[in-house]
Amino acid sequence: MTVVQRIKSISWRELQGYSRRPLFLFCMVVAPVLCAVFFVSLMDKGLPTALPAGIVDEDNTNISRTIVRTIDAMEEADFTASYPSFSAAKEAMRRGEIFSFFYIPKGTTAEALASRQPKISFYTNEAYFVPGSLLMKDFRTASELSGLALTRETLYAKGATEEKAMAIIQPITIETHPINNPTLDYAVYLNNILVPGILILLIMLSTSYTIGMEWKFGTQRQLYAMAGNSSTIALVGKLLPQTVLFTFMFLFYDVYFYKFMGYPCNVSMWHMVLLGFITVLASQAFGVFFFGVFLGQMRTAMCLCSLWGILSFSVAGFTYPVTAMTPFLQHLAWLFPLRHYYLIYVNQALDGYSIAYVWSSVVALLCFLLLPVMVMPRYRTAFLKYKYQE
Amino acid sequence: MKSILNIFQIWYREMGNIFRDKGIMIFILFVPLAYPLLYSYVYTNEVVRDVPVAVVDENNSSLSREILRKMDASPDMKIEAYCSNMDEAQELVKRRDVYGILRIPESFTRDLTDGKQTSIGLYCDMSSMLYYKALLVTATNVSLEVNKDIKVNNYVTATTDRQEEVNKMPIDYDYVSLYNPQSGFAAFLIPPVLMLIIQQTLLLGIGMSMGNSRERHNGSVIPFHPWYKNPVHIVIGKALPYFMLYIVLAIYMFTIVTDMFTLPKLGHYETFVAFIVPYLLACIFLAMVLSAFIYRREDSILLLVFLSVPMLFLSGLSWPSAAMPEFWKYVSYLFPSTFGMNGYVRIASMGASLADIRTEYMALWIQAGVYFLLACWFYRRQILALKLFKSI
Repeated sequence: MTVVQRIKSISWRELQGYSRRPLFLFCMVVAPVLCAVFFVSLMDKGLPTALPAGIVDEDNTNISRTIVRTIDAMEEADFTASYPSFSAAKEAMRRGEIFSFFYIPKGTTAEALASRQPKISFYTNEAYFVPGSLLMKDFRTASELSGLALTRETLYAKGATEEKAMAIIQPITIETHPINNPTLDYAVYLNNILVPGILILLIMLSTSYTIGMEWKFGTQRQLYAMAGNSSTIALVGKLLPQTVLFTFMFLFYDVYFYKFMGYPCNVSMWHMVLLGFITVLASQAFGVFFFGVFLGQMRTAMCLCSLWGILSFSVAGFTYPVTAMTPFLQHLAWLFPLRHYYLIYVNQALDGYSIAYVWSSVVALLCFLLLPVMVMPRYRTAFLKYKYQE
Repeated sequence: MKSILNIFQIWYREMGNIFRDKGIMIFILFVPLAYPLLYSYVYTNEVVRDVPVAVVDENNSSLSREILRKMDASPDMKIEAYCSNMDEAQELVKRRDVYGILRIPESFTRDLTDGKQTSIGLYCDMSSMLYYKALLVTATNVSLEVNKDIKVNNYVTATTDRQEEVNKMPIDYDYVSLYNPQSGFAAFLIPPVLMLIIQQTLLLGIGMSMGNSRERHNGSVIPFHPWYKNPVHIVIGKALPYFMLYIVLAIYMFTIVTDMFTLPKLGHYETFVAFIVPYLLACIFLAMVLSAFIYRREDSILLLVFLSVPMLFLSGLSWPSAAMPEFWKYVSYLFPSTFGMNGYVRIASMGASLADIRTEYMALWIQAGVYFLLACWFYRRQILALKLFKSI
């Protein structure tokens, strides 16, 4: 039999195995699709708006009400409630009803008119990071403007135009240009990494799971014989159906994100599909490697795959940047496929720069493909000698 | 008395099963002990400091240089390079040497003298929101500060320092970030993750143990044995060892992990213990119900590990539940982690009392009750099936 024929027959055997167990269908198709749909619909709004906020207006004058209106006009905050006192508002925050509140103490207007510089304050709940940060940004601008509302009124009274008044109140403004994600869309920011991250985890796990099953059911010798006593052919034949399936998953993600949802993709979509394909291979390589290192101890290999997969969400650096981690972790991050996927995605789809800027990540991903070579001799031993160990 | 003895026997047997099994021990002992430490280590620096930026100062005046000096001196921004034009600066962004560009336009000082509003351009790399946040906050702060000086110097002259200060800002304001004063990432993420670890490892551990007994007893989840006749006894007996172990682990997380990494801890010990009891029960009984779908020991790893990520997002802690579609909100009510994480964050980080988290607390008890009944029903069916099988 030729090599191709052997691989074909092993792959066919593998596919028959999948068809008998709905678990495979779930992990290879249902779960990856569901996760993509889940995250896309969860962050449908892009940037959270109308976050519940409260107000404590003890002053209750014309000016304090102007301040309240200024803040209410902000996009992200939604004043759902007003509270009679500071402690009532804090109580509501602790119950989780509001993420932040604005506090205007009694006598603010009177003191301001008497040039005694009163103080208003706002409180955000930073235990909830995203809403806390978003509201903080809004409230700062609002406070700044309301603090200057008096000056503005005076300037208007003196006959200044709005343009002139603003030039006096706020001579320098900051004009932000978030490169390639102008709306600060969280869906673009997170889904592009979270969903592939979950897929990478599933690929590593199902790789070591399906290989392990051979030993568990004692069919490893049969497989070895089918491959003509070559561990490489055995593994290639065994994993080929998954390579195809998971690459299709990446293709599905790319079409879903870039064509259907319109997430920014500044290169041809096929670059991302190619990246997906290499990522699938790299993840499978990790699965094969871990199983090979722990010779037939399927459970330990799967534990390690889980650890690697889950940890990659942290060390990929898309939420908390790698540059802010300890030097040891900065080096360790090199060993995670998701880290490189993220760097290449930013360079390609998000920014559309030349691939040359991330050559090191491309090389790293390709190097992962060599990992199985290191453990091939061990597989040979495993096929011939080892039995399934609990 | 007899039932207590029976429960005790089942408990003892389950204990033996757990402690003999290295795989289960990894998930219910090693992971809860080591993961919190690992995560805290990853986020140990808490905040992003000194984000490198490139500067294109087309104005090059004493004011523009002063502004840049102030930005550089702030903790969150660091000027890495001065570039003569935007292309040069963009090249640095592409190489990821800098994560932003500050551009001061050529007309900057002229606009100011003419009494026109002018602007500083801030271009941010959007690969991570934290870079963007650090740069935006710094730039805004510095601009506001400089604005006040310009206003007083040019338009509203004052006679005394105090007068000047009032003119700068007729109404001053104060910003207090409650419960996480330095807006740290660890202080935000670790507390809910601790609760998630509890749920996920319980699901994994109990699922594995179930897969184990199915493999050992020809597909049956319980051995054919006179002890295993009453579903309530089985459920309680099997739940006990996990409950005892996890009470200790939860206290370890609330005390040792929290102290070691100085995570927020405003809550009372008693509140925490009172809260964790229904959480553990809900998780354990849910795990028993879910493990009905697990036929082999390794299946649980394949099925459950990846769910941790969606669960974290379902909780409404990273993605605010106010912005979540209704449907997913209802789905999130199925999992103890949703209430567990929210409740725990309020206790640990915000010092809430049980009255403050009444909703979450009650929800956990309801979940514990419902999942207990479902687990009993599942075991009853198994007992009946086994009886039928043996009688044939």
